Amino acid sequence: MSTPDNNPRRKFIAAAGASVAGLGFTAIAPGLHLMAVGEAKAATEARKAGSAASSIVRWGLLIDANKCAPGCTKCIDACHTENGVTEKLPDPRQNSQWIRKIELTDRRNGKKTELPMMCQHCAEPPCVDVCPTGASMKRADGIVLVDRHTCIGCRYCMMACPYKARSFVHAPLTEQNPEVPRGQGCVESCTLCVHRVDKGQTPACVESCPTGAMTFGDLNDPASDIAKRIASVPTTQVRSDLRLNQAVRYQGI
Amino acid sequence: MRYGALLAVVLALLAQLAWADGRTAKPTIEIANPGKCVAPAEEMRRNHMEMLKHQRDRTMRAGIRGEPASLNACIECHASKATGSVLGANEAGKGSNFCETCHSYVAVKLDCFECHQPKAKFKAAGLKP
Repeated sequence: MSTPDNNPRRKFIAAAGASVAGLGFTAIAPGLHLMAVGEAKAATEARKAGSAASSIVRWGLLIDANKCAPGCTKCIDACHTENGVTEKLPDPRQNSQWIRKIELTDRRNGKKTELPMMCQHCAEPPCVDVCPTGASMKRADGIVLVDRHTCIGCRYCMMACPYKARSFVHAPLTEQNPEVPRGQGCVESCTLCVHRVDKGQTPACVESCPTGAMTFGDLNDPASDIAKRIASVPTTQVRSDLRLNQAVRYQGI
Repeated sequence: MRYGALLAVVLALLAQLAWADGRTAKPTIEIANPGKCVAPAEEMRRNHMEMLKHQRDRTMRAGIRGEPASLNACIECHASKATGSVLGANEAGKGSNFCETCHSYVAVKLDCFECHQPKAKFKAAGLKP
C-alpha cells in the first residue's frame, strides 16, 4: 500500500524540492536575500512569507528515551513558557497538559524508563476523523492542530485520541502568547510549536532538552538528521498496532 | 414626487439635529501609530472583519504567514501607548481603547480576544509543573 511516507512519487518531488532548497536562498526581508553556497543547512528553514505549508515536508520528532533524564521537566517548562500555559485551577485535573512525562517500569526487573508524551501528530489522526465541525485538522506538512475558530468544545477528539494528548480549557485566559492564541471552551494540544517551525526554529521542548534526547526534522527528507537516525536505529511508534503512522517516534522503549 | 421632496426636507432636518454639537455620543478613536495602515480608513472600517476572517483561515489552515492583514499587526499599531492594549479604558479615562471603543459603541460582541492577546509585545510567562 502506498502511504504518504513511502509514496515513490512523493520521494521524487521531495528530492527535487531538497535540491532547490540546497541553494541556500534565505529571505531576510522583502527584496533582501541572504545567499549562502555550501552544504551547511539548518534543521529547518523558514518558509517564505505568503507561501503555504507543503506536503513535501512532514515534520517529525524522534525521542531517545535512554537519554531522557529521570525527574527532569525542562521540556515541560519550556513548552509552558513558549505557549503561555499559565493557569492553575483549583482542580488540577482541569489544567491544560500539552506535554507530560511518563514513567515506564518493567515489572520483571524493575527497570524504569522516562519519556515525554504529547500529540503524536498522526498521519491518520483519529481526532480529525471524529471532529463534527472540521476544527480538528492536519496541516499539509503533517502537523495536527485545532482550529479554535470552529471548535465548539465538544471534546469528542479528546475521547478519540489514544495518547490522551488533548486538553480542554476550562477557565478564561488572559496571559496568552500573542503567537499562540488559546482560550476557554476550546480543545488544544501540542502544536509542534508551529509558530516557531514556520520561522525556521525547532520546537521549544527540543531546544530546551539538556541531554539532546529530542530530534526534530523533516521525515520526508532522506538527508535530514531525523530520517537518517530512523533509517539506522530501531525506533518505535507508540501503539503502532493502530496504524496511525505517528510523526513522533521513540527510541529505546 | 411631492412626497419625495418632503422626505428629503425632513431627513435634512433630522440629520442637522442628529449631528448638532454634543447631541450624539461618538466613539473616541485614538490611533497610537497613525498613517501606516494596510488600507484606507474607509475600507478598514467596513471590511476589517472580512480581511481578518479570510487571513485567519489562510494562516490557520494553509499555514501562510506574513500576510498584510494580521491581527497581531493590527494590535502592534493600534494598542494604546499608555496601557499597551486595544481593549479597556484609554489613558485619559474618557473612553475605551481602539477596538473596544467602536465595538461597544455599536454593541457588536468582540470575540477575538477571548483567545488572542490584546496587548502589544506581550511576553507570556510559563508555569512550572
